Formats: sequence, C-alpha cells, structure tokens
Amino acid sequence: MSILFASGFFADESVRTALVVGGSAAIVSALIGVFTVLRGHAFAGHALADVSSAGGSASFLLGVNPLLGFLGMAVLAAGAMEFLGNRRVRERDLVTGIVLGAGLGLSALFLYFDVTLRNTTGAAVAVMFGSMFAIPASAVPLTLAVALGGLAILGLIYRPLLLSCVDPELAEMRGINVRLIGLLHLLVLSLAVALSAMTVGAILSTALLVGPPAAALKLSARPGRAMCLAAAIGLASTALGILLAYDSFYWTPGHGWPVSFFIVTLVCLAYLLMPRGADRSRRAV
Amino acid sequence: MFSSFMVNSWIAASLVAVVAGCIGFFVVVRGATFAAHALPLSAFPGAAAAALLGVNQLAGLAVFAMLGVAGISQLAQRERHEVATALSLVALLGLGTLFLSLTSEYAQGVYALLFGDVLGISGAELPPLAISAAVCIAALLVLFRPLLLTSVSPDLAASGGINASLMEVAFLGILALATAIALPLVGALLVFSLMVGPASAARSLTRKPPVAMALSVVIALLTVWVAVALSYLTNWPVGFFVGSFGTICYVGGRAAARTA
Amino acid sequence: MSIFPALSVQSLSVAFAGQDVLKDVSFDLAAGSFCGLIGANGSGKTTLLRSILGFQGKQSGTILLEGVPVAPNRRRIGYVPQKLALDPDMPLRARDFVALGLDGHRLGLPLPSHAKSRAVDEMLAAVEAQDFADQRVGRLSGGQQQRVMIAHALIRRPHLLLLDEPLANLDMRSIAEVVELLRRLAREQKITVLLSAHDMNPLLPAMDRIVYLANGKAASGATADVVRTAVLSKLYGYHIDVIRVHGRVLVVAGEMPPGLAHDPVHVTAIP
Repeated sequence: MSILFASGFFADESVRTALVVGGSAAIVSALIGVFTVLRGHAFAGHALADVSSAGGSASFLLGVNPLLGFLGMAVLAAGAMEFLGNRRVRERDLVTGIVLGAGLGLSALFLYFDVTLRNTTGAAVAVMFGSMFAIPASAVPLTLAVALGGLAILGLIYRPLLLSCVDPELAEMRGINVRLIGLLHLLVLSLAVALSAMTVGAILSTALLVGPPAAALKLSARPGRAMCLAAAIGLASTALGILLAYDSFYWTPGHGWPVSFFIVTLVCLAYLLMPRGADRSRRAV
Repeated sequence: MFSSFMVNSWIAASLVAVVAGCIGFFVVVRGATFAAHALPLSAFPGAAAAALLGVNQLAGLAVFAMLGVAGISQLAQRERHEVATALSLVALLGLGTLFLSLTSEYAQGVYALLFGDVLGISGAELPPLAISAAVCIAALLVLFRPLLLTSVSPDLAASGGINASLMEVAFLGILALATAIALPLVGALLVFSLMVGPASAARSLTRKPPVAMALSVVIALLTVWVAVALSYLTNWPVGFFVGSFGTICYVGGRAAARTA
Repeated sequence: MSIFPALSVQSLSVAFAGQDVLKDVSFDLAAGSFCGLIGANGSGKTTLLRSILGFQGKQSGTILLEGVPVAPNRRRIGYVPQKLALDPDMPLRARDFVALGLDGHRLGLPLPSHAKSRAVDEMLAAVEAQDFADQRVGRLSGGQQQRVMIAHALIRRPHLLLLDEPLANLDMRSIAEVVELLRRLAREQKITVLLSAHDMNPLLPAMDRIVYLANGKAASGATADVVRTAVLSKLYGYHIDVIRVHGRVLVVAGEMPPGLAHDPVHVTAIP
C-alpha cells in the first residue's frame, strides 16, 4: 500500500483539498459534458474555458478569488455568445471563435499586467494549466457551493434539457422554453468550466468536459447511463492523477510531474480503451 | 520601430499575414474555426519538445501540428468532428504540460508561445519561414478550385472526380504548416484569430472567391502591421492586438453585410 | 451513339446495418430517355443514385454506363444532389459555382479565359439564370439554386444526368418550371435523365420511363406498363389500386393484410 500511496498522501492538506476540488470539478464537468457533446457544443465549451482565463488573469490583478474570476468571465462570454449567436452551425462557430479571440486577447493583456504590475510571474502557467496543489483549503466551501449549485440546476432542468438536445422542435411544441434551457445549460457549463480551470487549467478543462462523456458515449447511447459512466471516469482519472502527481515527486526527486498531465492522459486512455457498445453505430451522429 | 533588429519582425510579420490571409479564406469558407484554433494549441508542445531535444523550433511546431492533424483525422472517422478535434487537442496539450515542466525556461517561454512575441522570430529563422510560407501559398493556389468545390459540397466534388477526403487532409496539412509559421509571432492562442478575423470581413465585402482571398490577405497585413507597431510601442502582447482587431474585423464585416 | 444502353443496372443489392435497402434491382435506360425514379421516402432512391455514382461502399451487382463500368467514367455523369445547405455569406456567386462545374477539378491558378466565360454564360442562359447569376449562391431561393445546380451539372456535357429529389422543396410553380427546363435541356443536349421523386405526377408530362421502388425491389419500363394495379400490388406485396383522376395518377393502398383497418376505395381502378 505504501508503494502506491507515497508517504504522507492522505495527511497532506493540499492533497485533500485537491481531491475535493478536483473531484467536484470532474463530476460537474462530466455530467454537463454529456449534454454539451450531444448538443454539438464542444467548441463552445472549449471556447468558454479559454475565455474564462481572462477572468482568472484579472483575479490576480484584483486580488480576488480566482474561482470567481473564472466564473464571472465565463458567464460574460456565455452571454456574449448567446447574444451574438445564430442558428446556423457554421456562423455560430465563427461567432464562438471571435468571442474566443477577444477573450484571449484580454487574457494576454491581464497576464502581462500581472507580471509588470503585480510581479506574479507564474500567473500564465497557473491560469492556463491549473494549480491543483496550490488551491488553499479556504477555497473549498465556495467550490462545493458552486459545484452543488451546478448539480442542482442540472437536476432541475434534466428532462427538458434532454428533450431539447434530442429534438428541439418537439421540445418547443411541448411548451419548453428552449432558449431558457439553452441559457441554463450555458450557465452550468460556465460553472463547470470555472471549477475545472482551477484544477487542470483553462485550456485543459476541455479534457474533463469532453473526454469522459466521449468515452461514456462510446459504450452507451443512453444519457442516464452515459452520465453516470462519465462522472465515474472523470472522478477516477482526477483522483488517480492526483495520486500519481504526488508520487511523481519521489520518482524525479524534488520535481513532480504536472497533475494536469496525468489527469488528461488518463482521460484519453479511458477513451481509447473503452470498448464500443453493441448498439453504437460506426459513426456517432 | 524600424531599426535593424526590428526588420526581421516586419518581414516575418508580413509573411505570416499573407499565409494567414490565404488559409484563413478557406478556414471561414469550410467552417473550420475549431480546427484552426485547436491546431496551434496542438503545435505548442512542439516548441517545448524542440527545446528539450535541441532541435529547430519551427520543425518541432510543424511536427506536432501534423500530429494534431493526424489525431483529428483518425478520430473523426469514429466521432463527430468537434469531439475528435477536442480530444486530439487535449491529448497533445496534456503532453505539452509535461514537456514544459521538464524544460528550464518555464514561465517566460510559455507566455511568449501562448500570446506572441514581437521579437519571436530571429534573423536565422527567416529563410526556413519564408520557404514554408511559400510552400503554403503555392499549395493553396494550386489547389484553389478543388478546395473551393469540396467546401461547397463534398458530394458534388466527388461526382466530378475529386477525392474529397484527400482535399480535407491537404487543407489540414497546409493549416498545420501555417500554424507553425505564425505561432512564434502571434502566439498559439491567437493565431487562429489572424486567420478568421480578416477572412470573415473579406467574405462580407465581396462575392468573388479570388477577390475574397486577396482582401483577406490585405486585411491580415494591416492587422499584423498595426499589431506589431502597437506592441512595440506599448510593450503589450501582440496577441492582444490581434485578438481585438479580429473582433473588429468580424463585427465590421457583419455590419457591412447588413447594409449591402 | 453507343449501341449499349445509356445506363444498365444489373442485380444491384445494397444493405445497411443488417437491413436490405435494395434487393436485386435491375433496369436499363436507353439513351435519351427521361426516367422517373419513384418511391416513398426511405424506399432507397438516394441509395440507388449514390450506387450509380459509386459512392456506396458495400454493394453487389453491376452498373454499366454505355457498356463500361462506372468508376473511370464518372465524368460522363452529371449529378444534382439534394438541396445544399449553403452559407448566405459565402463569397461565391452563382456564376462562379457554375464555372466550378467546368474546371473545379483542375489544379493550378484559376486564370480567366474567354472560352470559359462564354461557356458559363451559355449555360446560365440555358437554365434561365442570367438574372441572378451575380448573386451569392447561399442567398438564392430553392428554385433558383436548383437551376444553378443543374447548370453546374450540365456544363461538361455529361451523357447521364442524375438528380436526387430536385422537386422536394419547391413550390408548385417552380416544380413545373424545373420539369419543363429539364425536359427541354435533355432533348437539346441529348442527355439521359434519371431523377428521383416521391410523387410522379409533376413528372408525367416529361417522363417516358419509370423505375418504381418499393420494398427494396424495382419495377421498370414505360410508365403506362408499370403504373398498374397488378404490377404495383406485386411489388408492394399487398393490394394497391392505381387510379387516374383528371390525368393525374393516385397510388392508393387497397385491401390491407388482415388485422389492419382498411377503407377500400370505390373508384374504377386500372387493372
């Protein structure tokens, strides 16, 4: 047992915090990720994450909790995409790209100010690739609140969301406000993105959003099952990733390997190794 | 700003803009915005790998960009296109975080690669850059018509004897090379903005395909020149200006289209 | 003129995911004929057209174009797919789209030439698209886009023209115009036409042959010979009445198999 769990693993406070925050991020991302993939919004999800980095960068400038920074920016960007948005997929992608460009430009500027005005040279790496072990224990309550909030909203809109993914016109006819559901989907997506930006970083948060759902949907097309499976894969990858990152400190003495590397690699492995379900056609629709 | 050590930057910037304008035309016409964003991020670890192995940076970027293309093409046979792009992107980027942690220049190098650096291209790097740029532009001109037809309808193109999947691979390959060229100057996160912004404005301003591509190049050149100048003057990152101008281009294009 | 039929389909069978879509379909089309490929939605019309083009992966049977297998001869086939979803902002005029029909497969710089512009102008005039030739393809109406796609397909003077549900999204007047346009062009350019539709009535003025698809099987021949109660009943596997009303044809299910509610039609049917 001690070979697997390097000494002090469970005693270390930063590890416990990482497990809680990372686990919450993984679960919320996986669950909303299933719907994001089904709706064909993977690019939007990725863009939202990248843009949220501007908020994360700004948070260093303003001395605010990074989670709030990521979240605020994500919500703003989601609003912008929705406002400028379009029914046609190509135009919608273009708009997503433009908002992405604007947001990243801002991120560049804020990070520059972080270095020149606040002397935080590690900001770029922390924002982009995560700072899993640097999350203070005091951040846990807010994190859990955000995660539970996201899960609550998801639980509330589960059935209308599912229907509007599968058949938007049918959903409209049933009296579902498809626009509102779309907005709430974006909101939960923003929450998920903000959480995972803290752990694996803004540009890698897509790994938690798309990876486990893609793996789960390979095996089963049923949303309920896919959601459970995705959450399990996300959680397992995160926990194991944290463990391996902690252990790696002892492999190459004094210098651990990045935890986001382990998590992302595990998620990708899960996807590759997942067998294709009997009822899954050769090409997912 | 026009001193001798900045000359390289101006030349490099101009070459980058011409390539970005040309390939950007097709990125917009084919609706490949996500791929255009994902490939530079996939290429980015290549810089770190090149530094670790002591190899030419452009080569490292190009190789990883091609790996990104291979990843997307392979996965796209089994998955929706955007899921394939997302998975390929995170896989390579995850690898990139590992390489980055193993190199010694951590924070500063990362920033420059992500957001661009006016001095990102040295004199010694100009010849390979120019040759690569020439290859990209030549390839796009030679393949102009089949690429255009496959963008409109792969089926229609196939009935005319064109191999649509081959065209897609060729397009992605050229995009990958263009990505590697532009990345050191504009930054991995904003290369796509230089491709998408000017082209989206150009398509609203004209109905003729060759003119749209030419306009795309002109607007990209203007964007890059102003971005480099402002970056030099304010010390703010090039990527910020490129991202902002990309947005202005798009909004301007939409406004022009509405009044047309 | 070739001694072989323009198109010869022999024992074509195609299956998807365990389901037989086309079962042993065979028919010949003589050069210059105007043939309607009729069948309900999902009857396999698109599959059949795609098989002729060589797009369908797993198929058994033979398809010959003027006596020669299709693959090397794809240039002899003009294809008009179902409505393309085109971006309204795409920088491509109708004129440019038709020009791509001529040289879209060519590598190298697209240099303008007199011969090319003349050919494009002639084709645009032939389909009566001059008025909107300079508009963006993505902004054309359904009927306008149809004409432009036909021009694109015909500009290289193919021997066979395949159209996949060209009338599906058009209003009644456009339908009549497109059918008349196709009939005229087919006669002028001596092309064999095979077009698919779920309703044969708009095609009756132009059509001299029919291939009727049901249950994955086909009945082919002159319209009058195929569209009869006896033939279609055999194809469907239950009783079909074919009724003519004011020159229009109605294909109606008559006696249903036992267990299903039925409402027999009391009109004189064509035996």
